[in-house]
Amino acid sequence: MTPTPRPGDPTITPALVAEHGLTRDEYDRLVNMLGRTPTFTELGIVSALWSEHCSYKHSRPLLRKLPTSAPYVLQGPGENAGVISIGDGLAVAFKIESHNHPSAVEPYQGAATGVGGILRDVFTMGARPIAMLNSLRFGSLDSPRVRYLVAGVVRGIGDYGNCMGVPTVAGDVMFDAAYEGNPLVNAMCVGILREEELIRAKAQGIGNAIMAVGARTGRDGIHGASFASEDLSHNSDAKRPRVQVGDPFTEKLLLEATLELIASGHVVAVQDMGAAGLTSSSAEMAERGDVGVTIDTLKVPVRESGMTPYEILLSESQERMLVVAIKGREDKVREILAKWDLTAAVIGEVIAEPVYRVTEGDRVVAEFPGTRLVTDCPQYHPDARESDAIIALRARDVHAVPPLPQERNSAWTLRRLLESPTIASKRWLYRQYDSTVRTNTVIGPGSGDAAVLRIRGTKKGLALKTDCNGRYVYLDPRVGGRIAVAEAARNVACVGARPMAITNCLNFGNPTRPDIFFQFREALAGMAEACVALGTPVTGGNVSLYNESPAGAVYPTPTIGMVGLLEDVSRATAMEFREPEDAIILLGEPTDELGASEYLAWIHGVVAGAPPACDLTRERALVETLHESINAGLVHSAHDCSEGGFAVAIAECCIGNPLALHGAMVDLSAWKAIPSRALLFGEAQGRAIVSTSDAAAVLAIAKRRGVPARNIGTVKPPNEGLVIVVAGHSMRSPLMDLVAAYHDAIPRAMQRAPAEQVTVDLATGAPA
Amino acid sequence: MKVGIVRFPGSNCEDDAFHAVVDQLGEEAVMLWHKDHDLQGSDVVILPGGFSYGDYLRAGAIARFSPIMREVALHAGKGGIVLGICNGFQIACEAGLLPGALLRNDAGYRSMPVTIRVEHTNTAFTSAATVGQCLTMPIAHGEGRFAASEDVLDQLENDAQVLFRYVDAAGEATVDANPNGAMRNIAGVCNAARNVIGLMPHPERAVDPLLGSEDGLVLFESLLVAAHA
Repeated sequence: MTPTPRPGDPTITPALVAEHGLTRDEYDRLVNMLGRTPTFTELGIVSALWSEHCSYKHSRPLLRKLPTSAPYVLQGPGENAGVISIGDGLAVAFKIESHNHPSAVEPYQGAATGVGGILRDVFTMGARPIAMLNSLRFGSLDSPRVRYLVAGVVRGIGDYGNCMGVPTVAGDVMFDAAYEGNPLVNAMCVGILREEELIRAKAQGIGNAIMAVGARTGRDGIHGASFASEDLSHNSDAKRPRVQVGDPFTEKLLLEATLELIASGHVVAVQDMGAAGLTSSSAEMAERGDVGVTIDTLKVPVRESGMTPYEILLSESQERMLVVAIKGREDKVREILAKWDLTAAVIGEVIAEPVYRVTEGDRVVAEFPGTRLVTDCPQYHPDARESDAIIALRARDVHAVPPLPQERNSAWTLRRLLESPTIASKRWLYRQYDSTVRTNTVIGPGSGDAAVLRIRGTKKGLALKTDCNGRYVYLDPRVGGRIAVAEAARNVACVGARPMAITNCLNFGNPTRPDIFFQFREALAGMAEACVALGTPVTGGNVSLYNESPAGAVYPTPTIGMVGLLEDVSRATAMEFREPEDAIILLGEPTDELGASEYLAWIHGVVAGAPPACDLTRERALVETLHESINAGLVHSAHDCSEGGFAVAIAECCIGNPLALHGAMVDLSAWKAIPSRALLFGEAQGRAIVSTSDAAAVLAIAKRRGVPARNIGTVKPPNEGLVIVVAGHSMRSPLMDLVAAYHDAIPRAMQRAPAEQVTVDLATGAPA
Repeated sequence: MKVGIVRFPGSNCEDDAFHAVVDQLGEEAVMLWHKDHDLQGSDVVILPGGFSYGDYLRAGAIARFSPIMREVALHAGKGGIVLGICNGFQIACEAGLLPGALLRNDAGYRSMPVTIRVEHTNTAFTSAATVGQCLTMPIAHGEGRFAASEDVLDQLENDAQVLFRYVDAAGEATVDANPNGAMRNIAGVCNAARNVIGLMPHPERAVDPLLGSEDGLVLFESLLVAAHA
């Protein structure tokens, strides 16, 4: 059947094609596929499905190079979420996704619907969501616009997750001018399911009914996927209507109804209607099942009258699902949805004819052969070439950066670093997130290197963390990619878990620029090396490109969401010291490296130098040492050294919990050859600080595993403060100074938050 | 003892209450659907936390019209024990089962551990505790600022209906210890007949040392004493 244009459809012109974001070549490809001029509806469908967001057209060839398999991986990339087995017949579904562009123009709804979307990705697999994490990047808190974004994003994340009753348990937040015009909002959801309840989004069974369930379809969010696939510009504020509006209450009902539906056995496939809504969900389900589908837009429950097929297909109204119901069970599906006060409507059918067909009643408005709509999407292999400017930045000798006069007192430097919002306590943010609902949270935000949740009915626990230092990736994408994975693994090892698998959210700039594509290619290569070395396959994720504002691209930020498994959750280990007189052991070795450090950026305003080296064999040995000594019950606390280096890490061990402070006395004189600022504030990788009452046993495990380790001091009562001896000098910090710096920095900055929206011209930064 | 836990659309702490009763207390619990009219012979009814009907209008304002609430009110009227936690406290206030109202926190949504002091032990939910006992448990709410007119507050104090107050580590009801701006640091109250109890903190999240606190257990154990009395 050949589609006929609807009365009132605009004529297809080169201008209209360009407006839909299709290149000349892509349009020719479409015409070739169809053998005719597309209808307006077809043009809309293709513009969404071939957008970067849906098609991965610039990233797919490189994504194939990531390791994706392990014996325990039940579902790798390509589904709504990845799934791994954790034994006892249980499995974990998890995924991370970005909502950067919507959050840049409408922070509250942008972040909220990001949470809603990732929740749906997990419960469509048949999993009950048990935890949320988020990875956020903002510009400097000195900017009123940034404070407005921070306040809105945090409230959006909180309101949605809190209402859903899914605890937000961990994440990572960094502040750097590189994210000023284009914040990153990445949300991760983790769910748990019985292995036999795993369901996929694969349309099957000729004659089965395709049903739209959940919320009705409105005109909101049309073309959101294409919006996410272009650079932010000063016109972006005008695209606020492309941001969807979230309704967590409906989503909560949809969650309960969907899990009940899957358990009932009446449906064979479930797919979230996320980016590009009905179009993307139906086309992808058909492609996975290699079947045809037909959909009648007149049968889609709508919120407003007069919606065209184009609008219905491209709407990104939230809280909707597409399910394939077994023929004859449609009423059973309706019954379950009705119990939860939700609607379900048959809108189409799985058909044998290899075609993707959309009708409006009897009129065919779009028709594509077979699954070519998805499989014929163009793929690009852009040029990759490193920017000369970055090569020069990396080569800069950062040891030549002269210390400030105040730095003669290292305690001053430490206090300053603890005030850096990237390092400071994030309590201001996470106290807006319910982290304890569902009563599984063993280690919540702020007190461990990763969150730990118990798995009810077993002795096991899950360790969860997101990580990525974009500054490292910017200055050396290969090394930065490696470190992102290694740090996430180290963090879950510090709470006692074995790193299992990752999901990733690849936030980069415009891939058609060779310097950006170079970052993308190299960062992925670094990640792949680390994933292989650490035995953590990638089970899925999301690519977010075009993260650019007129001020330039964001730091390349491949956020890693790591899942680790604790065999015995009672071993879960926090970062804060626990017992006075415990020995303090440094696992790993300091180095004379300062490049790409928070010290240089925050104290000196210098973003330069090579990031610290990352030896993956050593990282693996460190992970194994931590895992073994914690599970042998030898370790009272464990914390890795990251931004701010050793001095910040040990300060956090002392003051992480302001209600249970500990002092410490440590001596770093053993490393005479290393200048004190590198020793204290350098970010050498592969290190962790552990406290123990049995130093000999921990040192023996480290030695056997090939990890350098040294007993450097003792946990002390709080009144003795933090004392670090370096090169004969004794640096002494009263704990209350450190507490004030670390715990007050963000609340103090946010007190200046404007109550109402601050709009700026994104091109100039000037108030609009 | 049989505990019925009401499931409203948007409830999200009903499983936590269930686990506290069944796993920690070893008692029987059943889920009660908000559209039903049957308490299934429950001795105690729990209105759990969450966001019933999304709380878009005013927390608890719509849930009070759920069919099951008629039976809950009858149960309370006959002296049956009703416990409202967080959103359940809000619903009980909206339904007129408890005095006062719960307004938006003065400083926005707060999720954190708090310490509350037990003020009176002559109720079904506090009998196993001691007067002045301090309990640590989480709060997680945006609308928990207890408010009533000064007259009503005085009457509640006189009639020993203020059951819990937010306090600091020293057990003092200070401004800093008050997480939401509640009048007189009130965290929980009971009705005049002392059989309907509401509180904003989550005792059901503090029943297992693995999760950091088991201070909530003593409150659930009180129920046991009352039910067997």
